[in-house]
Amino acid sequence: MSSEIDDAEEAVRVRFTVNGRKVACEVAPRDTLVDCLRNALELTGTHAGCEMGACGACLVQLDGRAVHGCLMFAVQADGARIDTIEGLSESGAIADLQAEFHRRNALQCGFCTPGMLINAHELLSRLTEPSRAAIRDALSGNFCRCTGYEAIVDAIAAVADARAAKASQEGSPG
Amino acid sequence: MNALTSLDRPNSYIGRSVPRPNAKRLLAGRGRYVTDIRLPRMLHAAFLRSPYAHARIISIDVDAARALAGVHLVATGADIARICAPWTGTLDHFKGMTSEPQLPLPLDRVVWAGQAVVAVVAESRALAEDALELISIGYEELPAVVDLDAARQPGTPRVNPSGTSNICFRTQLDSGGVDEAFASAAHVVEEEFSFGRHTPVTLEPRAIVADYDAESGSLTVHHATQTPYQFQDLYARHYGIPEARVRVIAPDIGGSFGMKLHVYHEDMAVVGLSILLARPVKYVADRIESFVSDIHARDHHVRARMAVDVEGKILAMDIHDATAIGAFSTYPRTSVVEGNQVVRLIGAPYDFKSYRAVLEVVFQNKVQTSQYRAVGHPIACAVTERMVDLAASQVGIDPFTMRARNVIADNAYPTASPTGYKFEALSHEICLQRLRGIMDYDALRTEQAELRQRGIHRGIGIATFVEITNPSPAFYGVGGARISSQDGATLSLTPSGEVRCAISVTEQGQGTEAIIGQIVADQLGVAQDHVKVITGDTEVTPHGGATWACRGAGIGGETALQAARRLKANILEIAGLILQEQPSALDIIDGQVVGVATGQLRLPVAEIARIAYFRSDTLPPGTQAQLTVSHHFAPQGYPFAFTNGIQGCYLEVDVHTGFIKLLKHYVVEDCGRIINPMLVDEQLRGGVVQGLGAALFEECRYGETGQLLNGSLADYLVPMAMEMPDIIIDHVETPTADTILGAKGCGEAGTAAASACVLNAVNDALAPLAASINAIPITPARVLKALGRY
Amino acid sequence: MKARAFSYHRAHSVDDAREAHARSGDDARYIAGGQSLVPALALRLQAPRILIDINHIEELRGVRCDGEWLRIGALTRHCEMLTDPLIAEFAPLLRAAAPFVAHPAIRNRGTLGGSVALADPASEFPAMMLALDAEIEIAGTSGRRRVRADDFFIDLFETAVGPGEIVTAILVPRFRCNQRICFDELARRRGDYALVGCGMLATCKDGLVETIRIAFFSVGNVPTRARSAEAVVSGARIDADRIVAAQAALDRDLAPPESDEVPPAMRLHLARVLLGRLLARMSEAA
Repeated sequence: MSSEIDDAEEAVRVRFTVNGRKVACEVAPRDTLVDCLRNALELTGTHAGCEMGACGACLVQLDGRAVHGCLMFAVQADGARIDTIEGLSESGAIADLQAEFHRRNALQCGFCTPGMLINAHELLSRLTEPSRAAIRDALSGNFCRCTGYEAIVDAIAAVADARAAKASQEGSPG
Repeated sequence: MNALTSLDRPNSYIGRSVPRPNAKRLLAGRGRYVTDIRLPRMLHAAFLRSPYAHARIISIDVDAARALAGVHLVATGADIARICAPWTGTLDHFKGMTSEPQLPLPLDRVVWAGQAVVAVVAESRALAEDALELISIGYEELPAVVDLDAARQPGTPRVNPSGTSNICFRTQLDSGGVDEAFASAAHVVEEEFSFGRHTPVTLEPRAIVADYDAESGSLTVHHATQTPYQFQDLYARHYGIPEARVRVIAPDIGGSFGMKLHVYHEDMAVVGLSILLARPVKYVADRIESFVSDIHARDHHVRARMAVDVEGKILAMDIHDATAIGAFSTYPRTSVVEGNQVVRLIGAPYDFKSYRAVLEVVFQNKVQTSQYRAVGHPIACAVTERMVDLAASQVGIDPFTMRARNVIADNAYPTASPTGYKFEALSHEICLQRLRGIMDYDALRTEQAELRQRGIHRGIGIATFVEITNPSPAFYGVGGARISSQDGATLSLTPSGEVRCAISVTEQGQGTEAIIGQIVADQLGVAQDHVKVITGDTEVTPHGGATWACRGAGIGGETALQAARRLKANILEIAGLILQEQPSALDIIDGQVVGVATGQLRLPVAEIARIAYFRSDTLPPGTQAQLTVSHHFAPQGYPFAFTNGIQGCYLEVDVHTGFIKLLKHYVVEDCGRIINPMLVDEQLRGGVVQGLGAALFEECRYGETGQLLNGSLADYLVPMAMEMPDIIIDHVETPTADTILGAKGCGEAGTAAASACVLNAVNDALAPLAASINAIPITPARVLKALGRY
Repeated sequence: MKARAFSYHRAHSVDDAREAHARSGDDARYIAGGQSLVPALALRLQAPRILIDINHIEELRGVRCDGEWLRIGALTRHCEMLTDPLIAEFAPLLRAAAPFVAHPAIRNRGTLGGSVALADPASEFPAMMLALDAEIEIAGTSGRRRVRADDFFIDLFETAVGPGEIVTAILVPRFRCNQRICFDELARRRGDYALVGCGMLATCKDGLVETIRIAFFSVGNVPTRARSAEAVVSGARIDADRIVAAQAALDRDLAPPESDEVPPAMRLHLARVLLGRLLARMSEAA
């Protein structure tokens, strides 16, 4: 029998780049990425809502794409680049989204909000001017029990408009 | 009171859409929820749950679990019963109600599938779950009472063998004249309704960290709850700890909606586990556990009759409501409040005299039901509004006309409902008119008729509602519950001239702290960002009811208002001494003391604070500046501040698939004085969507043996963004005269009528096809069945 | 909801993965996207001793043309179905089905090979294998073999993939200009498993359907071809009568099982409605 069979409880060392910094930490193979981020790395902005990919509270960016932190194990992320709500906040990458969510009160309890922002960030990086229906579709895996979604859709639409206006200004000759 | 309505002067925050100051943290992932809390030496609890809905516990073998490395404690019901006094979920004002005593973990019998039986405390949650797999419990299965109607039949097995039946509570209302009214009526309509069990599904599950310090005999509980003071009292009494040594802290809460103010067996157990171990113990219900242990709600069968005259005037209603609540009545608020509110709210918007209702609350082998957002309202509203539509159709008049003929006239107040609710001032007539306008009702009807020609079946539904807010001690206190209906605030001017407000109402994201800050800043005359609001810690704020039944703005807000006025008077008194002026000649605007007559700047408030705190020697002898005030406010006057409103719904039914597409939703609502219009609108939107989820998707489905069949977030369908409509909102403002502020609640209005609206709209769409729906949720299966499509 | 302990092996080749599986005494699971497997582990419905991560096996990646076939590597993510130009051109039915598969973040991680290997009867892609007459390439003890989709799905979560074997690629006959596709499903909410779903691929000539393959999902233990309905439509012009006849033929093709929420008769009814709508769309396209 291979030694790896007996190593089930043993911690393994994983290295990844989290929010732009190289990080190494010890995890058990069974630790999910969201548990590792929240516990070992104390990045508690990523939340666990259902632990089965049905609520979107645990979304993080893995190599630039939004994924559920509850649907992969931390060991699988060895060598990957992970960006969480904390990193995206500090870098200013989603500052306009955050400001518009705040202005429009597109959050109440805030538990879904980091996942919503990660998803909105990805949507707007792929579609510059999404329709309201396209925004609702993109949010179809993010559960919010508080807002009724409309304010979130409004906020994302407003940011899309503002980014488009800015891009066209920058693109148009002086 | 111009000061309350004018938005022209500085610091006029009441009535203004100010973003929530505390939301920025949450947007940056800097929230601090109980699920985030980690304390030194903290251990993790997990629970082994009953696979049976009803069974006797024959044996429990925990030896292997205890032996597992990393396991610190395996506790059974008997272990915790030694230190925890049992509780009983009854209240005195519900005459004759019964419920069995409860303990954190059962001693000899399980009464629902999913009930926690054995607790394991280990170094990690994963290890605790490993240990659960090593525990074996021997059960002898007992007959389970699952179905509501079956539970009421004589000869049915009993949920509690010591009881004589499965009835928890029975009550009857009768205004008199009902039989006569039905006998003389031009039209009588009848319908039977069924409402599916729902569950609140807060995104943050229940979470608790109990931290017992054996040396000082003190307990600190970090608890995701709306009501920290209630739990301070309960933990003190049930674990025999002096109240002053129990501290309950409710930090950021990931949604609550009434669900997090009940006593849960696991939460009570976790406190006991921490006492037994003298270490911090954390428990977070995972989503699968949430579905089988969070309270459920709204499991009702209602039979209704309505008598109307030839003009469509309502003469009488006759109601029978049966509701099943699980195996126990929930503690400390009971499980009968919902049914009680159903039978008292039915017919509430309408002017009629004769009303009779029977309420039967029965036990069954399922998880407990109890108060969840808009307690009883959606059922009362759906029954009433469907009956009104049925009557309108019988009489041959439009639903708007029918309501216009029957709502209590806006000039008829004060008045009372046939069920005895006293109404101070409501605004049904003006709300009806406004709704008609914002819906563009006549145009919708035209469009509907045109589309029907093309085989597209759209429906329009409206629903009038009355909401209970600002409850007085009549709600719980009179029944013996130690649940406060008053709130308290401690307001201080800090040495640098800023303001600190510690208040007993709590925040779950609805904006409590924001509106309290607005009120304090407005009343004191300072910038809102100079007001810090602190909530959710029994060690820091005065005792108060906290947040439930839409009382935060109306009662908490008034508390803050009165406290701010007292602090302002104290500040101006010192200012008067310094400036050699009568305090009444001075005012505070934007943090500056000014002359009332001249508006001239006299002195910064910060300077008064500096002098009072650091140079009291310069004040006249005998002066003792009181720059901290503590103030309590208990509602007086009307026992409840009722609010009202009306909602409209426009939807499309695919009659081939039974699928329903919500196109637009409309709300006109009157919550009295509006403190922050944006936050009120968002309360309404969120509430509406919870009601729409109930209308179309949400239902706890059980198998014949009492197993929950859809207990996961993949199977229990909550409303998601794609299926929800945009919601148009308008307001009428009828302030209550019981308070200076005039605010009433708005948190439950959206949920109260949304499902009723959808029910009426679907029936409107199906009417030409001679099909009707009388059950919620309105699933494709129910629509297709009604249409006879399969 | 924490998985039972397991050990982890990151495989760098198919052989490496298969050897690790063999070493475990076949008490192992391969993990690709993991979007179905991880919840099953968290719920302890599955508890292998070793988890073999195949995400880093380069040979399982990539989409390319291979003669008359489009070869789609097993690790191709669902999101790539939406963006890959070769899939859009040569397997447009997969492109049409992809937006209905769960939600964006799931699509970013879930893989085509994983979906087909799991063979969830409520999933979109396994059924589309039938409609496309695709072949599934499997790496086993005796090397690689290709199994026609018609022979691949055996029973509930049971396929032609044996213990320790790995799905390495999906081979789809390249879409031709005389072919038409249609896809739709009836799901309660966007991204939910459908109450019933259907995809079809028709080869047309002069406004007639020469041949058609119609595949349903969420109708039983396995994704299911509606062969009787196919026979009704094949060689004919799709008109209202033909659609009614095809709908009636579904009785012979589908036998939905009992379910607490969707009775068999209702599911069959929904399948007929969906078939009717898709054939009507197909008739416009043909």
